[in-house]
Amino acid sequence: MGMTVVEKILARASGLAAVKAGAVVEPAVDLAMSHENAALVVNQFLEVYKDTGLEPAIWDPGRVAIIFDHRVPAESPKTASNQKKVREFVARHAIRKFHDIRGDVGGICHQILPESGYVRPGAVVVGTDSHTTSHGALGAFAFGIGATEMASVWTLGVAVNVEVPATIKVNVRGIFQPFVGPKDLILHLIGKLTAQGANYKVLEFHGETIRGLPMSGRLVICNMAVEAGATAGIVPADAETERYLREEAGVADPVMPVLPDADAAYVQVIDVDVSGLGPQVACPHTVDNVKNLEHVAGTKVHQIVIGSCTNGRLDDLEMAASLVRGRKVASNVRMLVFPASGRIYQQAIERGLVAAFMRAGAVVMNPGCGPCLGVHEGALGDGEVALSTTNRNFKGRMGNPNSEVYLCSPAVAAASAVTGVITDPRTGGMH
Amino acid sequence: MAKVVLTLGDDISTDVIYPGRYMATVLPSETPQFAFADMTDFNGALRSGSVPPESILLAGKNFGCGSSREQAVSTLVGHRLTIVAEGFARIFLQNSVNLGLRVIAAPGVRASAGDELEITPGEVINRTTGVRSAVEQLPPARQAILDAGGLIAYTRSRLVARAGHAHV
Repeated sequence: MGMTVVEKILARASGLAAVKAGAVVEPAVDLAMSHENAALVVNQFLEVYKDTGLEPAIWDPGRVAIIFDHRVPAESPKTASNQKKVREFVARHAIRKFHDIRGDVGGICHQILPESGYVRPGAVVVGTDSHTTSHGALGAFAFGIGATEMASVWTLGVAVNVEVPATIKVNVRGIFQPFVGPKDLILHLIGKLTAQGANYKVLEFHGETIRGLPMSGRLVICNMAVEAGATAGIVPADAETERYLREEAGVADPVMPVLPDADAAYVQVIDVDVSGLGPQVACPHTVDNVKNLEHVAGTKVHQIVIGSCTNGRLDDLEMAASLVRGRKVASNVRMLVFPASGRIYQQAIERGLVAAFMRAGAVVMNPGCGPCLGVHEGALGDGEVALSTTNRNFKGRMGNPNSEVYLCSPAVAAASAVTGVITDPRTGGMH
Repeated sequence: MAKVVLTLGDDISTDVIYPGRYMATVLPSETPQFAFADMTDFNGALRSGSVPPESILLAGKNFGCGSSREQAVSTLVGHRLTIVAEGFARIFLQNSVNLGLRVIAAPGVRASAGDELEITPGEVINRTTGVRSAVEQLPPARQAILDAGGLIAYTRSRLVARAGHAHV
C-alpha cells in the first residue's frame, strides 16, 4: 500500500522507509515557529534545563522563527514586557528568523513564513498557533502545538509522540462564480464536515480547482483546515508552489515536491464541485454554522473586519477595494482593514488600495492579528455584530461575549460595508 | 468519587475556557484567575475556593477546540479540576497530557450538575444515575509522558540522558 503526502513526509523526517496512519513517530522538525507566546515557551524551556547543570541551548537556532503579531504594537505594559523578554532571549540565542514590530519585515506569522521562504514542500513545521495548518499550502506538514511542547522541540529538535494522522482526500472541481472563491469553499467544507469532522486527520486537497488556485488561495484553505478539527491541511506541491517560492519568496535552491502515491490509503474521499457554490457565511457562535448568504442577507452589521492570517493578502485587499472604490462605508458601520504583512501593506499603497479604502471611510490598521482574538483593538460593544474575513467566531472571540461574529470572504465583507447589512457581492445590494 | 460542578455542551472553545484578552498572562501560577472568565458565576466560584479540588467539569464532544493557547489548560490545572468529555480537540488533549491536567474521554457520557462520578481506568460510573460509560484509552506513547510527570520532566530526562551519552 502506498503513502499519503503526510505519511511520506513523516517517514522521511523520522528516518523510516515507510509509515502508516496510527504509528507513533518522532519526526525531526524543520521549522519551529512562535509568536508572542514565545514568552511562555522561553519560561518552559528554561524550566526543562533547571537543575540539570547544563547551559540552555536551542538545538538549532536557524530553525526557530519568532514573529510578533498578536498584540502589535503592545497594548499593555504586560505584553510589552513579554516582548522585551523574548527580544533578549532572541539576541542571546542568535535566533535570526526573528520578525519584530516593523513596517518592512514584520507582519502576521502565517504570512511572514511563506513570504520569507522559510517553508518548503516536504518540511515538518510546528508552531505554537493553531493556524499553523496554513503552511500546508506549500506542501509541508504543518501543525499547531502548545508552548511546553515547543520548549521540548527547542531542546530535542524533534516532535515527541506524533501519531501519524489518517488522511481525508478532498477533490475539488469546477470554476468559481464571480465574487466566490477559496474562503467560500473552505467555509462550505467546514459546514459539511462539522467542527470535529476531521479531528486528528489531515485534509489533502486535490483537483483542478485547487491546481488553479494561487498560493494566496491555498493558504486560505489550509489556514481554516483546523476549524474542521484537522491536524493539518495540505496541497501537494506543484508548479504554482515553485512559482511562489521563486518569484515571491526569493527561494533559489532546489524545490522538491512530495506527492502521494497513486495507491495511498485514505480514510475518506470527499468530492466538491464549486461551480454552483454561492457566497458562504459562518454564523454565530461556531465556525461550522455555515449558511448560504441568502439565509442571512440583510442582517445589520456594526463592524467589518478585512484581514488576518486568513484573508489579509494582496488579492483579498484588491477584491475588497474594488467593491468600495468610489463608494462610502455606510454610516454607523466601522470598516477596519488589516494587511497581513508590511510587504503587503506597501504593495497595497503602491496599487492605490489604501487610498481607495480610506476615501471610502475605512480605517487601514497596521499588520497584525487585530480584533480577531479580541485582545488588542476593534472590540465590539454589547449587542453589536461583526462581519469578518477572519477564521473564528466563538462566543467572546472579538473580546465581548455579548456580541456576535459572522465570517465571510473579503468580497462579502466589502459589499456589506457599503450597505451596512450582509450583502451578496454579486448584486452589491442593488436591485 | 467526585461531584460534577458544571456541565457544558459540544465544541467548547479555548476562547470560552480562557478568553483571548487574558493571553498576555502566560505563567501557570497566574492563569487560574481567568478560568471561564466570561462565565462570571463559575469564575467567581473558582476564585472564591468554593469548588473543591478534583471536581468534575462534564462536557460534550470536541472540548478545547480552537486556539493552541496553553493557558486554557494551565488555568484548569491550577484549580485541580477533572474534565470528563465525550471527546477532546487534538491540541488541547496534547497540552493536557503535557501539563498533567486530568482529562477523561468517555464517548456518550451523560451527567447533570450535582451527580457523583466514579472514574476507574476503564469506565466512568455515574453513581447518581447508575449509568456506566467506557473510557477511551490514551495511546501508549502519551502514557509515557504522563508517567514521567509531564512533558517538562520527560524532556529533561531525555536531555540529561543525551548529555550523559555525549560525555562518554
